[in-house]
Amino acid sequence: MSDALNELGAYIEAKRPDCVLGWDLTHGELNVDVALSNIVGFVEFLKADPTCRFSTLVDITGVDYPERPKRFDVVYHFLSMYQNHRIRLRVAVREEDMVPSIIEVHPSANWFEREVFDMFGILFSGHPDLRRILTDYGFRGYPLRKDFPTTGYTEVRYDEAQKRVVYEPVSLVQEYRQFDFMSPWEGAEYILPGDEKKEEDA
Amino acid sequence: MMDGSKGFEDALTGEQKIRNFNINFGPQHPAAHGVLRLVLELDGEIVERCDPHIGLLHRGTEKLMESRTYLQNLPYFDRLDYVAPMNQEHAWCLAIEKLTGVEVPRRASLIRVLYSEIGRVLNHLLNVTTQAMDVGALTPPLWGFEEREKLMIFYERACGARLHAAYFRPGGVHQDLPDELLDDIEEWALEFPKVLDDIDGLLTENRIFKQRNADIGVVTEEDILNWGFSGVMVRGSGLAWDLRRAQPYECYDEFDFKIPVGKNGDCYDRYLVRMEEMRQSVSIIRQAIVKLREATGDIMARGKITPPKRSDMKTSMEALIHHFKLYTEGFHVPEGEVYAAVEAPKGEFGVYLVADGTNKPYRAKLRAPGFLHLQAMDYIAKGHQLADVAAIIGTMDVVFGEIDR
Repeated sequence: MSDALNELGAYIEAKRPDCVLGWDLTHGELNVDVALSNIVGFVEFLKADPTCRFSTLVDITGVDYPERPKRFDVVYHFLSMYQNHRIRLRVAVREEDMVPSIIEVHPSANWFEREVFDMFGILFSGHPDLRRILTDYGFRGYPLRKDFPTTGYTEVRYDEAQKRVVYEPVSLVQEYRQFDFMSPWEGAEYILPGDEKKEEDA
Repeated sequence: MMDGSKGFEDALTGEQKIRNFNINFGPQHPAAHGVLRLVLELDGEIVERCDPHIGLLHRGTEKLMESRTYLQNLPYFDRLDYVAPMNQEHAWCLAIEKLTGVEVPRRASLIRVLYSEIGRVLNHLLNVTTQAMDVGALTPPLWGFEEREKLMIFYERACGARLHAAYFRPGGVHQDLPDELLDDIEEWALEFPKVLDDIDGLLTENRIFKQRNADIGVVTEEDILNWGFSGVMVRGSGLAWDLRRAQPYECYDEFDFKIPVGKNGDCYDRYLVRMEEMRQSVSIIRQAIVKLREATGDIMARGKITPPKRSDMKTSMEALIHHFKLYTEGFHVPEGEVYAAVEAPKGEFGVYLVADGTNKPYRAKLRAPGFLHLQAMDYIAKGHQLADVAAIIGTMDVVFGEIDR
């Protein structure tokens, strides 16, 4: 299996050296890093080429790495039902970048791209209908970014006086509890009460 | 005088234009199989445009998963496709096992296959019978739910919960199955084909059922590729694509089962495929039980990611510490990214897991088959009658737990 994928990776790189920034085979899966501007052409190639024939789009998603200059990875998964192999494409994207939509090649990308837009705020150029999809009507913010709090910013309740549903800023009865169970030898930096005095003395 | 020579002068002339009619199908509608809002544009009774609004059951599972340990995340999978909970857990366990390189013991592997197939029967029973209800039959769901009840009791006897199982764990399954349970499941597997025959007799040659399903929602091979279909939506159109066969996971490669395929790719063929799949699942269940009787052994790969045996905890301090650390800090998963997919009853359910070496996933994406199926709603429903929309939703087998996540 992995021999065949190795061959496939080398083949793809040889065929489209302009698109492939690098490829690797980890955990028996083929990963290809692709340049942002070439993604549509590359996906088209993957679909049409008889050796690849990645005819089914499995998934598009994003991953947020706030510390990187190119903050997001947009990750595409493809499957070939004919050749029976899978591939993963990674595209590094800046926050202000527009990602070319692949709807023309795979109509099924429509909702996936809407979801990535909804969750990460990544814009797709050429998408016919880039609305939010999973979040509430009128939702603000991009929930799956790492700087978005898990509790969100607004909460909803039914107001008995106004006889309608009202949106209010989140007010927590107690602090949001995020337990850190990492062992003190290999992880979390605990600040014990009184520690800050030591810093001042030193 | 009625030949129009007098000119057209009744109330409908001139100013009045015929406008398409927009209706909201759902969010509360018994045939929507959950909280689905379809904005339908109708020309008379013909659907011109269909815009599904999803997300009404969005719970932010993927966000929540980022702040919980790998083990704490497992129960979220029961809440995705709540019709066949264990199949989802399976994908999560496979993803973790792929990253950590854990080998699942044979007995655990067989139990997983057994319960995955029970999940498949659970799902197809619900789908086939509620689809019959969507097109007007009341008896099939009553019969189907009786069997589902029995299966959920098997769930309960294995893990204590009828639906939210949390039974498959990374490295194996939570608890061993008692022998009596295996006997009972086998007994059920012998009786169940009769129930299937009964449902078969009610529906398969039923004139109304056929009229409502045959030639409705036809899916071609090209549509499958364009819209990323998987599972029964593919097999109903004649492509024998099944992950259990094509990319075998667990120990499916040693089981003998057939992949039923349809011919026309319409709702009726998909119904037939589901019926046959249930029969195949029952056959796998029976094979698994025979194998399980021979494979006596541990049900967890004992190591860092699984708890120690209860008896060890009574005598060994290290085992006790291990248990405590496992259930508080959780285990650490090495850095990397994997995609693990299973052939869930609805299609390919996948988990894309990005681990950063800590005890929590950095990012987990749940790839639900229903998401893509529902996306094609506009394409498939276009040109059909309003009443067919219910049949098409039924045949797509959508469950909002997994679509909205």
